[in-house]
Amino acid sequence: MPSSKKIDRRIWEHPILEFKRGKEVRFYFEGEEMKGYEGESIAVALYASGIDIFSWTEDNRPRGAFCMIGKCSSCFMVVNGIPNVRTCREPVRDGLRIERQRGLPDIPRVTRDEEGLESKTLETDFLVIGAGPAGLSAALKAAEYGLDVILVEDHFRLGGQLVKQTHKFFGSKDLFGGLRGFQIAEELSKKVSSNPKIKVFLETLAYGVFKDLTIGLASKKGHYKVKAKNILFSTGAYENYLAFPGNDLPGVMGAGGAQTLMNEYGIRPGDKVLTIGAGNVGLIVSYQLLQAGAKVKAIVEAMPQIGGWVVHAAKVRRYGIPIYTRHTIKEVWGNNRVEGATIVQVDEKWQPVPGTEKDIDCDLVIISVGLTPDTKLLAQTGAKMKWIPELGGLVALRTKYMETTVPGVFVAGDAKGIEEATTAIVEGKIAALTAVLRVLGHVDKAVEERRQLVQYLEQYRQSPLLSRSRRGIEKATIES
Amino acid sequence: MSKEIPPFRVNGIISLEDIKKVNLLPPEERLKKGPVVLIECPEMIPCNICVSACPFHAISMDKIIDIPRVDWDKCIGCGVCVSLCPGLSIFVVDLSKEDKALVTVPHEFLPAPKKGDEVTLLGRDGKPLGTGKVVKVWERNKTYIVTVETPKELAFEVKAIWVKK
Ligand SMILES: Cc1cc2nc3c(=O)[nH]c(=O)nc-3n(C[C@H](O)[C@H](O)[C@H](O)COP(=O)(O)OP(=O)(O)OC[C@H]3O[C@@H](n4cnc5c(N)ncnc54)[C@H](O)[C@@H]3O)c2cc1C
Ligand code: SF4
Ligand code: SF4
Ligand code: FES
Repeated sequence: MPSSKKIDRRIWEHPILEFKRGKEVRFYFEGEEMKGYEGESIAVALYASGIDIFSWTEDNRPRGAFCMIGKCSSCFMVVNGIPNVRTCREPVRDGLRIERQRGLPDIPRVTRDEEGLESKTLETDFLVIGAGPAGLSAALKAAEYGLDVILVEDHFRLGGQLVKQTHKFFGSKDLFGGLRGFQIAEELSKKVSSNPKIKVFLETLAYGVFKDLTIGLASKKGHYKVKAKNILFSTGAYENYLAFPGNDLPGVMGAGGAQTLMNEYGIRPGDKVLTIGAGNVGLIVSYQLLQAGAKVKAIVEAMPQIGGWVVHAAKVRRYGIPIYTRHTIKEVWGNNRVEGATIVQVDEKWQPVPGTEKDIDCDLVIISVGLTPDTKLLAQTGAKMKWIPELGGLVALRTKYMETTVPGVFVAGDAKGIEEATTAIVEGKIAALTAVLRVLGHVDKAVEERRQLVQYLEQYRQSPLLSRSRRGIEKATIES
Repeated sequence: MSKEIPPFRVNGIISLEDIKKVNLLPPEERLKKGPVVLIECPEMIPCNICVSACPFHAISMDKIIDIPRVDWDKCIGCGVCVSLCPGLSIFVVDLSKEDKALVTVPHEFLPAPKKGDEVTLLGRDGKPLGTGKVVKVWERNKTYIVTVETPKELAFEVKAIWVKK
């Protein structure tokens, strides 16, 4: 194993971001003392110190972390004797003892100490699960009309995917357009945190749906059963994986994972990068990697054309990053970490064209080949689901007011099908207004506001370049 | 998807032809008079930040997904829209000087450019086109708006700068 000493991948100067690191903490990684900063997760502190291997398979393949947002499982480690801890979501603290797993872990001797833990049943008008742009704006809108809101977020901070978006957003000025994503997150989070009608549960996972739609929440503080008159699932999405030889080698990472490392935590995910996928995410993250001081060697895209907006492509082309359409990744190689990759052209039938292989010298391969709505929890409510490829997979059928086939159960944002933050914000508000009407009966102002928002969404989605998601939305929308 | 894919959707390079097609190339007459906006935004993005950005109401749209439309006489080439465009797709060109052109580009990298710096000029495909002197820099929400001197024939080619570390 390469020595991890002295490596520091932290970024100290950045054109857009200032990283305010907390107090220095010391912890033990397989017996070796290491340092991190308050505000970092365990996985982040380890990666910053040069740890690439997060676990081994039963047959000794080294594995790295992939998503960095608690959605995959590639970062599971033993923390203070407890196995399978999601280290990307676990705050680093003084004195922690951390070990890697090899294959599946033993059943732990220590489980958590139940003493001193709360156990409560809570009631609310509106339970919001997930505090990204959809959940935050929904909570605010419902509170504005006087509803009691509980907002649950698995992460230790609010904002969802917005916290790592350093680019300015499209849209219109009145809906945060022109601001950088993290600035939108800051604005929404501040309002939510200071709103007395909204009770926020951070570091809390909504884990299950029980009788009468009671939702189970678990956190380090305790266990809660929530009975809510309305529930919004604004749980976001997770990144898709891609099959190719070597794809589990450390240094192969989700584009969003790399973005979380560099923009949320200020850690450079790699120095020489190959990006797979030229959708908006691949293009934007490539640009942001340049800002973080990395070199992006190429962006490859299997389709005959770029998937994202051309202005995002033009932005990376200007700095000399080539985009290879009709190309894919053939394999990556390296000893314990990516040391290079081979890309290859594909023909009309997506078959590799022999003789067109190109080797790319890189230490990081980021995968941005789409997202899948996170509907695992929502599906437990019994809401009718449908496979809609245009929206990224299995999604709930719902009305244009974002209500699923289960009355009082709503969905908004990426969880309802992959789109983007502006639509997530608007949908969150629409769902909240519908919940308001269910609780308060008819309210003229809410009805009118909702009508305008629905209309805004329709206009927003009219662009011919969004025809695919528009088609998906149509397939998923049922009569109200 | 239709069979005909515009080349910019394959290579990521928006050409002057593409800009002309959507009426965003400033007219010859207007160019001679002084700085004017050059918007390279040929797709129907749901975005109207440039419309609300312009203090002189020179940019308009009917619907949020429209391609921006410029009133060439209202635009004074101030560069406010350059600083706010999320696509980093707005530039200002000034061809009114005898011997050189002035080009204004957005810049979001360190080190921060300073007035007087000799910087590398980059084209649409990232190719270095030579060097140019920075004559003006201002900043808004972490975007630098940088005006550089370039040879006249490069006025429409310079899309970015690179400051030597
Ligand atoms: C690189 C990149 C660039 C982008 N650029 C743009 C752009 O320019 N413009 C734009 O509009 N959009 C953009 N987006 C998209 C935008 O960020 C997302 O569409 C948006 O964040 C979705 O919002 P959301 O609220 O649905 O979900 P998220 O932001 O994903 O939030 C979901 C939250 O739910 C929490 N959660 C999930 N399950 C549970 C559970 N069981 N219990 C508790 N909490 C849970 C998660 O931890 C997360 O915080 C971009 C995305 C990426 C990755
Ligand atoms: S350069 Fe100034 S005047 Fe011209 S369109 Fe942009 S903001 Fe308006
Ligand atoms: S602000 Fe920029 S990206 Fe948005 S429409 Fe105007 S030119 Fe296009
Ligand atoms: S769950 Fe931690 S990296 Fe994916």
